[in-house]
Amino acid sequence: MSDSPVRLQKIRALIAAHKRWDIIFGVVGLLALMVGVLTFAALFIEMAIAGLPRLSWDFFTSFPSRKADQAGILSAWVGSILVMAVTALAAVPLGVGAGVYLEEYAPRNWMTDLIEINVTNLAGVPSIIYGLLALGLFVYQFGLGQSILTAGLTLALLILPIVIVTTREAIRSIPGAIREGAYALGATKWQTTSDHILPYARGGILTGVIIGMSRAIGETAPVITIGALTFIAFLPPAPVQGEFPFLSFEWIMSPFTVMPIQMFNWTSRPEAAFQHNAAAAGLVLVVMTLSMNALAIYLRYRLRKKIKW
Amino acid sequence: MTSISHADRIDTVPDHFVSDRLARRGLRHVKERIIEFILFLAASVSVATTIGIVLILLRESFIFFQAVSLWDFLTDTQWTPLFADAHYGIMPLLSGTLVSSAVALLVAIPLGTIIAIYLSEFAPFSVREVAKPFLELLGGIPTIIYGYFALLFVTPLLQKIYPGLPGFNLLSAGLVMGIMIIPYVSSVSEDAMRAVPMALREGSYAMGATRFQTAAWVVTPAAFSGIAAAYILGISRAVGETMILAVAAGMQPNLTWNPMEPAATITSYIVQVALGDLPHGSIGYQTIFAAGLTLALLTLFFNVLGHLLRKRYRQAY
Repeated sequence: MSDSPVRLQKIRALIAAHKRWDIIFGVVGLLALMVGVLTFAALFIEMAIAGLPRLSWDFFTSFPSRKADQAGILSAWVGSILVMAVTALAAVPLGVGAGVYLEEYAPRNWMTDLIEINVTNLAGVPSIIYGLLALGLFVYQFGLGQSILTAGLTLALLILPIVIVTTREAIRSIPGAIREGAYALGATKWQTTSDHILPYARGGILTGVIIGMSRAIGETAPVITIGALTFIAFLPPAPVQGEFPFLSFEWIMSPFTVMPIQMFNWTSRPEAAFQHNAAAAGLVLVVMTLSMNALAIYLRYRLRKKIKW
Repeated sequence: MTSISHADRIDTVPDHFVSDRLARRGLRHVKERIIEFILFLAASVSVATTIGIVLILLRESFIFFQAVSLWDFLTDTQWTPLFADAHYGIMPLLSGTLVSSAVALLVAIPLGTIIAIYLSEFAPFSVREVAKPFLELLGGIPTIIYGYFALLFVTPLLQKIYPGLPGFNLLSAGLVMGIMIIPYVSSVSEDAMRAVPMALREGSYAMGATRFQTAAWVVTPAAFSGIAAAYILGISRAVGETMILAVAAGMQPNLTWNPMEPAATITSYIVQVALGDLPHGSIGYQTIFAAGLTLALLTLFFNVLGHLLRKRYRQAY
């Protein structure tokens, strides 16, 4: 019995030692998070220092140039917007349609399983492989050339899994009672879907579309692979024209460049002046993608709070 | 109540009215079927994409392998398809891909796992609410931006520590790639850990285990299949990453296992060729499809591995 205080002390020391690990891990976890935060801060500050002085109205309204201080991103941001328009026009109907089909219509059979496994696997395919697909299929097989249409369709295929998965999640969160109510009133499947399911899933779908688009706008590799030019000093033909028939779709087949390619082009030049241009273009790109992402996160947050079935 | 029989009632309704309604219902049915078919077509685009990828890669690679033997492709130690003395050995590109991925994973797997454990088991609610969207933002930054950062910030920083480090190297590209992959690893791992039932944790605490012991010896093993899936996702990202390497690792094929050297990877080679002006149908044009096929097989291999791991260690609750 004489050694019991000593043993008690030992046990207490052991417990204290174990609890110390809790504190140590708490600190290690925070430090690991800080690595991310610091990287993000360093990246942003580095680009801001190098790029902010270049950001001016002229930078947005000038074409790229051999002289670094006269170069701008006009053709790049116009190209990005046009390519994004094609991507959205292709990816939203296809992705939402596929999501609706898989959630509301698809019979439980091997074909559905195949489609589901496919969507999951496509999300893991490296983006450059989509570029090779587009090079072989769109550029040469279909003869679409190295055009805005090709780039838009390629990026649409790339973000399709994102749109499909978020559409399905949004639809799945709608309670079955809504459908039963619609059916009970004699609505057909499509009436139920278009008048009830889609409107209620709109917010969730929108979130997925925004995340997909923010991914597409920053994608470089597949667009380079289809052979987009890195030096474009002209704009595609305007979609709206002064004379009949006023609307022109010539732009869709036009050569183009996009923001990330312009940035890549400037980054890979040895002169510091061009790298400052790259930083400025990077800042614009980061602000674009981050604000899209932040919008999506905010939308999702609000949806989660607001919706109570 | 009137006493008209069923048959009488039908008779009282004008003929054309019935056929109109029937026709409308029939039309409605047809319309429904057409819509269902259109939606089915939208869903099958994903299958068509996969088939397209496989067919294009196989077709173009087939042409390539008629000119270059598979044996040379796998064993030759030089990759110089655009030189007069052309060699088509995939090894130099493969080594660049594997070395840069290894560096990236050495960063992403430990940090991603620690962050996942921390966010799932340790972090107070407020930290988690801020950290999760932040990590998501980090994963949403375009990779070309990371490439810029690796070349013009990380490399000069590393050169202060190792003065001999070349301006293009696999190390800084790999490090930045690792940080880019952290969010993928951490978010999938964390989801897996949070799916572990509370009863397991309660049992562990009831036995007197501390928070760290519970996290390390109960939650992590129970979530292993999900964590393995997260690692596999990270590997696939690393192997397929393009722009960081194209910008920061140089595009010189170089058979090396040393991350301090510049080297091309499978992906950056494809970019390099695409930037140039190779005529459609030339052997140089075909090489990028052979490289792409190698890349696709590599990712497929890791995905199958992940699938097997998940199956082997899946725990049902």
